[in-house]
Amino acid sequence: MSTGRGRGDEGTAGTSAREAILARMRRALEGAGEAPAAPREYRRALDPGTDAVALLVDRLEDYKANVHFGIESIPGALGEAARVVVPADLPGEWRLGAAEFIPDDGLSTEDLDGMDAVLTGCAAAVAVSGTIMLDAGAGQGRRAITLVPDHHVVALRRDRIVGHLAEALPMLDPVRPQTWISGPSATSDIELQRVEGVHGPRRLDVVILD
Amino acid sequence: MSTDAAANGPAVVPAASLIPADAPFPKAAKVALGMPQLRSNLAHATGTIRAKRANVVGELDDWERLRDAAAAIKADVQRRLPELAVEFERNATAAGARVHWARDAREANEIAARIVREAGAEEVVKVKSMATQEIELNEHFEAEGLKAFETDLAELIVQLAEDKPSHILVPAIHYNRDEIRDIFVQKLSRQKMGGDGVATGLTNDPAALAEAARLHLRRRFLSATAAVSGANFAVAETGSLVVVESEGNGRMCLTMPETLVSIVGIEKLLPSFGDLEVFMQLLPRSSTGERMNPYTSVWTGAREGDGPRNVHIVLLDNGRTDVLADEVGRQALSCIRCSACLNVCPVYERTGGHAYGHVYPGPIGAILAPQLEPGRHDDLPYASSLCGACYEVCPVKIDIPEVLVHLRQQGPHPAGERAAMGAARAVMARPRLWRTALRAARFGSAPWRRKGFMRRLPWPVSKTALSKWTASRDLPVPPQEHFRDWWKERER
Repeated sequence: MSTGRGRGDEGTAGTSAREAILARMRRALEGAGEAPAAPREYRRALDPGTDAVALLVDRLEDYKANVHFGIESIPGALGEAARVVVPADLPGEWRLGAAEFIPDDGLSTEDLDGMDAVLTGCAAAVAVSGTIMLDAGAGQGRRAITLVPDHHVVALRRDRIVGHLAEALPMLDPVRPQTWISGPSATSDIELQRVEGVHGPRRLDVVILD
Repeated sequence: MSTDAAANGPAVVPAASLIPADAPFPKAAKVALGMPQLRSNLAHATGTIRAKRANVVGELDDWERLRDAAAAIKADVQRRLPELAVEFERNATAAGARVHWARDAREANEIAARIVREAGAEEVVKVKSMATQEIELNEHFEAEGLKAFETDLAELIVQLAEDKPSHILVPAIHYNRDEIRDIFVQKLSRQKMGGDGVATGLTNDPAALAEAARLHLRRRFLSATAAVSGANFAVAETGSLVVVESEGNGRMCLTMPETLVSIVGIEKLLPSFGDLEVFMQLLPRSSTGERMNPYTSVWTGAREGDGPRNVHIVLLDNGRTDVLADEVGRQALSCIRCSACLNVCPVYERTGGHAYGHVYPGPIGAILAPQLEPGRHDDLPYASSLCGACYEVCPVKIDIPEVLVHLRQQGPHPAGERAAMGAARAVMARPRLWRTALRAARFGSAPWRRKGFMRRLPWPVSKTALSKWTASRDLPVPPQEHFRDWWKERER
């Protein structure tokens, strides 16, 4: 078949779409030359002496997230939640309080929808923007468990807190699924006012551990 | 169920049904300017977002350095587009994604529809995506008997109102909370959404409206088998895609279904994962005026036991390589769709997005639309006062005024303007003729001297094409004494 039109990636037609686009790019760039190296003189860290933890707490609370300190505050952060889903590899010492902790061994969507809360760890947190980062690493679980339940409690080790995004990115595994979370689910779609609580967890609690 | 019109509120007339999309900008803008509610909604919303943006941008003392970095990274991406696209394809494929290429909207739509059908799905949930709006994927799906459900709140509002988006970031920016309440009450209460009927007692409280959207979509999210998304960034180094959102509807679409199709413009490529440290500081602060958007999803191919198993990526050209070929115009491909330029534009703020007649409105639309669809939007580069506010706020430093002027020079010029410029050239090239012309102008304008300006050129000039110029502008009265005369007098 030699017609260059049509069915996307199947057979020669697809190859030709790919080759045609690449050829068009090359033609468009004839004589364009190289671009100079990007200047990267922006900040990569906080000024010495700035308290990253205090900054993070300020940012999180601005997003209407709740912040707690110390492992013993986990039950308080979980609140009324009776059924709490946890990643199967969540550290045992975090499973505190009266709630029933249900390890995720491939729970169905319906099962997850029946959970009151989810408790996970995280990979990093960025103080300047109040961002909690999950990268499917140890104690974090798959993405669905931190999405379907309406209440997410994150245990954050103090040594995972950095000032800037530039410091956090090297702490993540770029090829594992990531979710960066900055406050509970929200929307600005109505008159551009931020309103908390749409499809993601409407309540976000962060427990900072030493 | 009683559908008491009084209880349901007045029917909201979709703005797109009033503002002609195919009309030239001046005509469409005139219609929009005659809609007081629309103008008031736009002024309120753009005013709010301008203040929020200025606030969070002011917090970063390295903002200009971030802009410089972003502009340079994007310029580099454009120069290395073929190599980066191939690198992205290789890495995404190695991670388990299937990468497709689409020269135009039709190819992209056909690929997406085929994937959805092969997945055994008849409907898809959608993450808000400018690329899919650009290729009119929803319309194509409908024609093929497939249903596409928008899940972003603003997109949902627009879809329910049977309207068209009017803003890149907040497609329902032209509606206020009362109108949104009316749309929800009228459209949602008629649908049987898994028993979650929205009560007619719905208030205009944004939190209540958001809750109504949650109820309306939740069943659909949890049972969807296929989703369609765009992407904010495509990382060549890792083959990852990035979607930036607020509500969690994006996470739902990207996580719950078995099959995911992402339509990605080729200009979305970034060389490395670390480049996100620049763009993820610039984008949220420029778009919603937040330090960071609530949710950002990053995924690389397919991952066993976590998210969709069938991950497809469609790399879309659809006119982008033509834009790339224009040395001045190609900087439009740096756009990260933040829409800061819309919010500061004095033209956009008054006309709204529909008048532009293209999915990309505002200043960025005025330089993208005529380049993506040559010959169809030649009037858009004139939908600007060249005030430069768009360039000031652009996080990737696209010199929009420069491109506007460039496109004006390239586009067709009306006969009147050509004649006037030709005459001016002839007169100005001959000193004696020029002197005579100046005197004649001074003499002819004497009756308006006290006023200082002329609203309309006087007869007989008013009968010529020149009068078009003063139809929308005031002309200052020529001064009593010209520089030449003053200089001569001084020499004496």
